[in-house]
Amino acid sequence: MKLITAIVKPFTLDDIRSALEQLGVLGMTVSEVQGYGRQKGHTEVYRGAEYAVDFVAKLRVEVVTDDANVEKVIDAITGAAHTGKIGDGKVWVTPVETVVRVRTGERGADAL
Amino acid sequence: MEGNTAWLLTSAALVLLMTPGLAFFYGGMVRSKSVLNMLMMCFGAIGLVGVLWVVYGYSMSYGTDVAGLFGNPFEYLGASGLMTAEGDPTAGTVDIAFQAMFAVITVALIAGAVADRMRFGAWLLFGGLWATLVYFPVAHWVWGDGGWIGEMGALDFAGGTAVHINAGAAALGLVLVLGKRVGWPREPMKPHNLPFVMLGAGLLWFGWFGFNAGSAYAADGVAGVAFLNTFTATCAAMLAWLFVERLRDGKGTSLGAASGVVAGLVAITPACAYVDTWGALAIGAVAGILCALAVGLKYRLGYDDSLDVVGVHLVGGLVGTVLLGFVATTNVGTDGADGLFYGGGAGQLWTQVISAVAVLIYSAVVAAILGLIIKVTMKGGRVSAEEEVAGIDEAEHAETAYDFAGGRGGRPASVDTSVVSGNSRKLEETKS
Repeated sequence: MKLITAIVKPFTLDDIRSALEQLGVLGMTVSEVQGYGRQKGHTEVYRGAEYAVDFVAKLRVEVVTDDANVEKVIDAITGAAHTGKIGDGKVWVTPVETVVRVRTGERGADAL
Repeated sequence: MEGNTAWLLTSAALVLLMTPGLAFFYGGMVRSKSVLNMLMMCFGAIGLVGVLWVVYGYSMSYGTDVAGLFGNPFEYLGASGLMTAEGDPTAGTVDIAFQAMFAVITVALIAGAVADRMRFGAWLLFGGLWATLVYFPVAHWVWGDGGWIGEMGALDFAGGTAVHINAGAAALGLVLVLGKRVGWPREPMKPHNLPFVMLGAGLLWFGWFGFNAGSAYAADGVAGVAFLNTFTATCAAMLAWLFVERLRDGKGTSLGAASGVVAGLVAITPACAYVDTWGALAIGAVAGILCALAVGLKYRLGYDDSLDVVGVHLVGGLVGTVLLGFVATTNVGTDGADGLFYGGGAGQLWTQVISAVAVLIYSAVVAAILGLIIKVTMKGGRVSAEEEVAGIDEAEHAETAYDFAGGRGGRPASVDTSVVSGNSRKLEETKS
């Protein structure tokens, strides 16, 4: 199993969710995060005093999936999150030892 | 008499509302970790100055004159002699109540300069001493029978010198002694809630009609002139501030609109009954432009006036008080004077400048001395650097304003923990 983590532009979330639903992905975790990559932050001005806001608001989408589905999930996310402009985000994949469903105690792929 | 009493009672309530309005105007501008302390400094001023005013403040301002400097503090001690249903209440109980609100907000205005760092106790001590040594006498100078500024013929309808120059100068004197916030100006200290700032500005504007038009002491044409000018100048000032921002920073901001509103209200305060529409527009526009530029001075000169009490209230008060020397006119039918542009010569201008400078210097010097005394006797008068970084709300009031995370695992400290774990055992039983 693999954990797929994507940092994306917030407005692309709906498209990502429907793309993953079509793949039959049954769950995801979404959190609001801040950070920066090549896309720099922006400048705010309060009573003439300028503040450089370095961190940009993004969403982190996390999905755990079977090894077989990894490429499909990556394609679905990158396809939905793509605008072609700087700041579209990143997707990375990490191995997952096991998964346990708290309610039933099922393990591994059965717990997804 | 009944009509005048009704209007003055209403105005008094309107002016009281300005201080909670100010609390939100200021509170939105501080960081989220010090908003409660900001609100508390304003509410604290209502409680403390309210009591002092009724006990001896009114008497010090409006009692029988002593050498042109202050009123006899014992004459109306505790409103004695005036606490009666007989006679004209606008010269008695209602006058005391109406003027109480002015004393309260003048002290509260200073709080914006010392945001995020001054100990609450030190603030109250400063507020009480400053009211006694500065506000009560200066209100007598300007408005009391025999007060030297009023006798000199200076015009201040509702408090350009007595309230705004006075509070702004005190803010400058106090912050110079108290010192900068930890991290200022290197770290960004941006407003945590701009809707609060707009809400506060709206409440201030609303209450200010009582402040200015109420100062006519009658429901008459003078009140009408003051009311309309208060509105006109404030509109012009908001536009002027936004115009400066558009040119300088590229965008007009909500903080700029709210600040422009307050700058305009401040500047028209001394002038509202003594100018025509053109005068009001000029005062508002000049105040909006100059205050928008003046709030940047603290970065150049290095004094940490947190919320720009100097840039808005001192500068706005000076604009209104001094411009009156140019644009005052008797054409509006009030007992003002004619300024330089209305054929009155430079005499009125000179009088206005003297009154402004006198109040400025006296208030700033006394505030600095009081600040020094507090600094020496009260461990600096401010919270420790560690407490300041963690947030003055927690350090001084044992509260935090916002709880987005369900109390961060908090539980009542007084509750026996065995009871809490007993509850969780019960939960386990229900589960199984």
